[in-house]
Amino acid sequence: MDIRTNYLGLNLAHPVVASASPLTADLESILRVADAGASAIVMASVFEEDIRAEELAEAALWETGENSQPEASGYFPTMHHTAPLDGRLAVLRNAAERAGVPIIASLNGSTPAGWLRFAKDMEQAGAAAIELNFWHVPTNPDETGAQVEERCIQVLRDVRAQVKVPVSVKLSPFLSAPGNMVKRLAESGADGIVLFNSFYEPGLRSITESAETGFVPSAAYELRLPLMWAALLSEHCQANLAISGGVHSGLDVAKCLLAGADVAMVASVLLQKGPQYISTLVEELQRWMSEQKLGSVAAFKGRMAAKGTAIQAEDFLRKQYRHILSARLPDISR
Amino acid sequence: MTEHLQTMDGNTSVAHIAYRVNEVCAIYPITPSSPMAELADTWSDQGVQNIWGEVPVVQEMQAEGGAAGCVHGALQTGALTTTFTASQGLMLMLPNMFKIAGELTSTVFYVAARALAAGASSIFGDHQDIMAARSTGFAMLGAGSVQESHDLALIAQAATLAARVPFIHFADGFRTSHEYNSLSLVSDDVIRQMIDDQLVHAHRQRALNPEHPFIRGTWQNPDTYFQTREAVNPFYARVPALVQESMDKFASLTGRQYNLYHYVGAPDAERVVISMGSGSEVVRETAKWLNAHGEKVGALQVRLFRPFSAEHFLKALPASVKSIAVLDRTKEPGAPMEPLHADVVGVLVEGVANNQFSHMPRVIGGRYGLSSRDFSPAMARAIFDELKKPTPKNHFTVGIIDDVSHTHLEYDETFDIEPEDTVRCLFYGLGADGTVGANKNSVKILSEKPGWYAQAYFDYDSHKSGAETASHLRFGKSPIQAPYLIRHADFVACHKFDFLFRRDILGAANNGATFLLNSPYAADKVWEQIPRKVQDQIAGKKLRFFVIDASDVALKLGLGPRVNTILQTCFFHLSNVLPPDEAIAAIKDSIQKTYGAKGDTVVQLNFRAVDAAVAALHEVTVPAKAEGTLPMPPVVPVSAPLFVQQVTAEIMAGRGENIPVSRIPADGTFPGGTTQYEKRNIAVEVPIWNPDTCIQCGQCSIVCPHSVIRAKTYEDKDLANAPESFKSAPVNARGYPDTRFTLQFYVEDCTGCGVCVENCPAINSDGETRAINMGEKLPILEQERRNIAFFEHLPEVDRAAINEANVRGVQFLEPLFEFSGACAGCGETPYLKLISQLFGDRLQIANATGCSAIYAGNTPAHAWKANAQGRGVAWSNSLFEDNAEFGLGFRLAADKQESLARQLLQKQADSVGQDLATAILNAPQVTESEFALQRARVSALRNKLADMNTPEAAMLLSVADFLIRRSIWIVGGDGWAYDIDYGGLDHVLAQGRNVNVIVLDTEVYSNTGGQSSKATPLGAAAKFAAGGKRVPRKDLALQTIAYGNVYVAQIALGANPEQAIIAMREAEAYEGPSLILAYSQCIAHGIDMRTGMKQQARAVASGYWPLFRFDPTMRKSGLNPFRLDSTRPRIPLEDYAYRELRYKTLTRTHPQNAAHLLDQAQAAANERYRIYEDMAARDGSRFLPHWEDVN
Repeated sequence: MDIRTNYLGLNLAHPVVASASPLTADLESILRVADAGASAIVMASVFEEDIRAEELAEAALWETGENSQPEASGYFPTMHHTAPLDGRLAVLRNAAERAGVPIIASLNGSTPAGWLRFAKDMEQAGAAAIELNFWHVPTNPDETGAQVEERCIQVLRDVRAQVKVPVSVKLSPFLSAPGNMVKRLAESGADGIVLFNSFYEPGLRSITESAETGFVPSAAYELRLPLMWAALLSEHCQANLAISGGVHSGLDVAKCLLAGADVAMVASVLLQKGPQYISTLVEELQRWMSEQKLGSVAAFKGRMAAKGTAIQAEDFLRKQYRHILSARLPDISR
Repeated sequence: MTEHLQTMDGNTSVAHIAYRVNEVCAIYPITPSSPMAELADTWSDQGVQNIWGEVPVVQEMQAEGGAAGCVHGALQTGALTTTFTASQGLMLMLPNMFKIAGELTSTVFYVAARALAAGASSIFGDHQDIMAARSTGFAMLGAGSVQESHDLALIAQAATLAARVPFIHFADGFRTSHEYNSLSLVSDDVIRQMIDDQLVHAHRQRALNPEHPFIRGTWQNPDTYFQTREAVNPFYARVPALVQESMDKFASLTGRQYNLYHYVGAPDAERVVISMGSGSEVVRETAKWLNAHGEKVGALQVRLFRPFSAEHFLKALPASVKSIAVLDRTKEPGAPMEPLHADVVGVLVEGVANNQFSHMPRVIGGRYGLSSRDFSPAMARAIFDELKKPTPKNHFTVGIIDDVSHTHLEYDETFDIEPEDTVRCLFYGLGADGTVGANKNSVKILSEKPGWYAQAYFDYDSHKSGAETASHLRFGKSPIQAPYLIRHADFVACHKFDFLFRRDILGAANNGATFLLNSPYAADKVWEQIPRKVQDQIAGKKLRFFVIDASDVALKLGLGPRVNTILQTCFFHLSNVLPPDEAIAAIKDSIQKTYGAKGDTVVQLNFRAVDAAVAALHEVTVPAKAEGTLPMPPVVPVSAPLFVQQVTAEIMAGRGENIPVSRIPADGTFPGGTTQYEKRNIAVEVPIWNPDTCIQCGQCSIVCPHSVIRAKTYEDKDLANAPESFKSAPVNARGYPDTRFTLQFYVEDCTGCGVCVENCPAINSDGETRAINMGEKLPILEQERRNIAFFEHLPEVDRAAINEANVRGVQFLEPLFEFSGACAGCGETPYLKLISQLFGDRLQIANATGCSAIYAGNTPAHAWKANAQGRGVAWSNSLFEDNAEFGLGFRLAADKQESLARQLLQKQADSVGQDLATAILNAPQVTESEFALQRARVSALRNKLADMNTPEAAMLLSVADFLIRRSIWIVGGDGWAYDIDYGGLDHVLAQGRNVNVIVLDTEVYSNTGGQSSKATPLGAAAKFAAGGKRVPRKDLALQTIAYGNVYVAQIALGANPEQAIIAMREAEAYEGPSLILAYSQCIAHGIDMRTGMKQQARAVASGYWPLFRFDPTMRKSGLNPFRLDSTRPRIPLEDYAYRELRYKTLTRTHPQNAAHLLDQAQAAANERYRIYEDMAARDGSRFLPHWEDVN
């Protein structure tokens, strides 16, 4: 049975990719995830503002007491590569060398220069590809959707022009026209689109009247949104598609592929069940394929993608929406 | 020729050669040579190769004595081996040096020559250490400049291999070792050609080798030892010629010709000044100037001091010479003349007798430049002028005012010989503002310009917080040969506005010079804000005056106090040395080099600072006449004692060099408590007390590193005349009606570290503010001065009424250690303050060299003091390597004299009164009230004895003070306790005498810049352990517990202050030796020092630093003497360690090792904790010394 797939030009042993999470932050964990069988690993995102804040705080520490008294011009040995980004790059470099599977670097920039510099550094450190994490909450009501989209596309173009490795984009689902955005991103050089970013919206605590922050794992139902978009886009999109969010079983992986995605990305399920659960997912996929008598991923990938015109797709979706809303309600009085 | 121009300091220039021509370096940090060792270690870590393509081994040792022993061993095993040292370090190497020389072994010791500890210690440069080593048999080759020290380093190595006589290569500490100057770097190819491999092979052949064994280092008797000593003579005889040969070969390869004795001047000079080291350059340049102005003088530099070649020397000396002055940068009390002077006289006498020289000129000698005292052309000229006199002053001094022995020569301070095209710039800054670093970059930028040369030298005070720096920068189109401070400046920059009120910033400004001031006042407002004296200087000297609010620009950009880049840009703009665009590009390039490794954010911020600088720079229109009224405030209050006025204040004002000899204590005895006069005002923000929230717990004052938080309770009525702003609160404990509590902050002495705020447990309901909060100092400064004055008039709390066993009580004990120069947030000083609070009025301290000696005992700022009754801390620093023994000496003498006093008192009991004698002899002295009673009795005894007028009474009077129990403490850091004096400490602890040792354990050599000690933990990076320490720190506590009769405690004030107090009190009360290991955070850990106490708590919570006490008295009661005072580890080591850069940095520099080392460190911490836990669970019989139980 051939479960290989290709994502961002990378030949992967199977379609289960570990997406960015705390499990893919440090070298030890990354190697554990690799040993557990992930076909590729997206390293935990590097946030430009974190790096910059850390650089400033640490520079102040390095400089404390420097050139201040006659007996010591400084208090630390001379060392190269001591900036915080160097640390992340060192993890990337070591992971790329030792993991045995492609390591995709995930980047969340906060300045135009930062996106570029960090992306170049990641490429040099051995990233197999770079995933641009466009997580952004447009809190400014004066900012238009078009502006947000244009900014993302510009970042993509700039990065694309600077690096040779494949570039993917992890997209927000909150767009008026995700299809159009995906199309433009692909036209602007995106080699892959990840559907979608999780936003981890904070909740509210009613007693203390405070924000409820913290990680909430994805739920299985969340898979429907990316599935729909993968199905809608895969037939027409030049870029690879990855589904992220709600992939919790081998059958979910199969659904992603049926919808036309090239890979399924997992994080919550690994955080909950451990990295070794990757092999369960792969086994479940294989079992399903065997039951379905499918010899390869290629044999069914995109089999359930929307094949017709956009109008047909819209009709289909509209109809099932209408159907749900007009369905008879269960008797709630009982 | 394969050389290229570079800019570096003398240490780097020497280390560059030393590293390349050696295989083994045995090192130990000591100022000012440490950078050579650090560079060697760094290069070795980076895999830099020597000229044979090998990476030298660099081994840190426990002391210089150890380094010399290791060098000796490596040499005897055939490796090309070196070491770097200075001063006391060289003294510790002496025994091995006699051996190494006696065995005719090729090696070069690279020395940054430095003063020796005598009446006072000093880190600065002179030739006392070199002179003390001159009998070792080492050849001595002295350099006078950065270039020369670089070149002679190689010549020395070539010569030692040829001669088989070991060499000391020396350059003047600081003046040359720390001076940045342009130099032509010798290429590896030239180095290779200078070193003859045949000689290297011969060196190896002479080594010990079991394959063809021999015996060396035998013991000899009267029959042969003498001949052995004489047998080396031919080797020494050959040295001068071999050195000259090396110099000639070097000249053929590089074009730079050196001579053993270098004469420059008129061929027919009648007056010649002879000197060594950097002073020679001053003399030479002065001689050139004098000759250009019609005189006939000469300067002779002695490069090869040992073996002294009479032949070469006499040939170098012009036959016309009639009078000679020999300058010694050393002091040999009691000698008929100083060493070089004596050599010259001796050589001339013999030379004349042997017809090697035609006549005997008049020869005088003099001393100059001790401890880096600046030696200027004005002084050199005074010496040449002196030689003109019919009876010139012999044994003179120059550079001081000697009104005791009247040795000094007068000189004209305005004398200036520097070429007009040399631009001279002075920058006054703060250590924290980055001025020195920026100037190090500037000198590189300037000297990289083709055809330009530059020099920089940095002058620091010795405070570790709020240090003031002066950068002396020269540049021009000819090589800068001016190893002296700038006294005639074309450009003066003052990077801190307040300096105008404290120092003579413009004294050195030339007429028409440019003055750049970092000013909070705009160009049109600043004039009326500066002191009248400064106005007069600006107007009188017609200075161009520019201001920039660099601090504001830096603050807005997010650079904090770092104004360096902004002011550096202004300097380049005003000095016009480079075209503007070129200057900006060069500055940015140097920023990239400096900050690149720290991250792009820092680089970009500094780029923005560069771009913002010039726009914020404004020229001030200087009025024709100064009409201001602002005075320079007095340095110390007019109420200060006379000595403080005449000496302390003068040193504080930067005028110490003008203090005449008569006013300086001849034996190094100074008053303590002078830090109270400094009022350095270095904090911008200070803690502000909120009495309503305060729970009066004392947690703030116990952690304050600078003793600026004082608490008192007093009666309501005492508030009668309180200033309006004086804060107080009712005492919040029961049983104190009508009593108030005040927490007073000494804001002028505060460093603004914020440790107190972090440690304050009284948090307001907003969840953020506390009972103390940081707030701006300036608005409250005047009111706080009044409040402090009032607070000081409130009575001290009666010590007998204070519960000393808890933090709350301790806050009321007056600290007798205050306002030290320690770093903001220092982890060491709170312990010392606590000791001074608990035992201060009967405390005698032996202090090891290290941070604690500097921040508490660097003249004029002495932090240990007496209380209002005149009793307090008697403190002394002997050396680094002997402090435990020094403290034991205190104890032996105290015990002996107490015993004598008791004996004499018993004998004279009838005379002084039986009741009094009995009371004194039987007095318990544990509690404060018991001490008070005993003091009263001893006082009564003294009164009686004074009236008795008998020899016996006088004898008892001389030792009567010993009847008051003395608390003897031995204080030092981990470098002292774990390394250099480990043997001594061990011996002292084993003697059973009542000494109390506290180790201020920062886990590195803090004072010299964070070198690894045996206390450095596994997995932490430090100098000499750049890749992370590979073995766990030594468990000094466990080793000491093994004795069984030593009280041992491990404490961490930030984790459990009560335990620390108990440990100190138990240790002090224990009638035997005690050892306390005190966790002390340090800037070398790479933490936000404000959170230092929390980090202590994490160290304990992780199990890395368990708290415990081992009290031998418990065992005597059948109990377990070992009590573990902290809980089992509650957090992983990582949660503690990775909050510190010293650990975290390895995850970036050595990521694979870092994870491994962290795992190992966790395992080591676990294991160590398990051992302690096991001990805590034993019964008392299972501890030493159980043999004492045998009847």
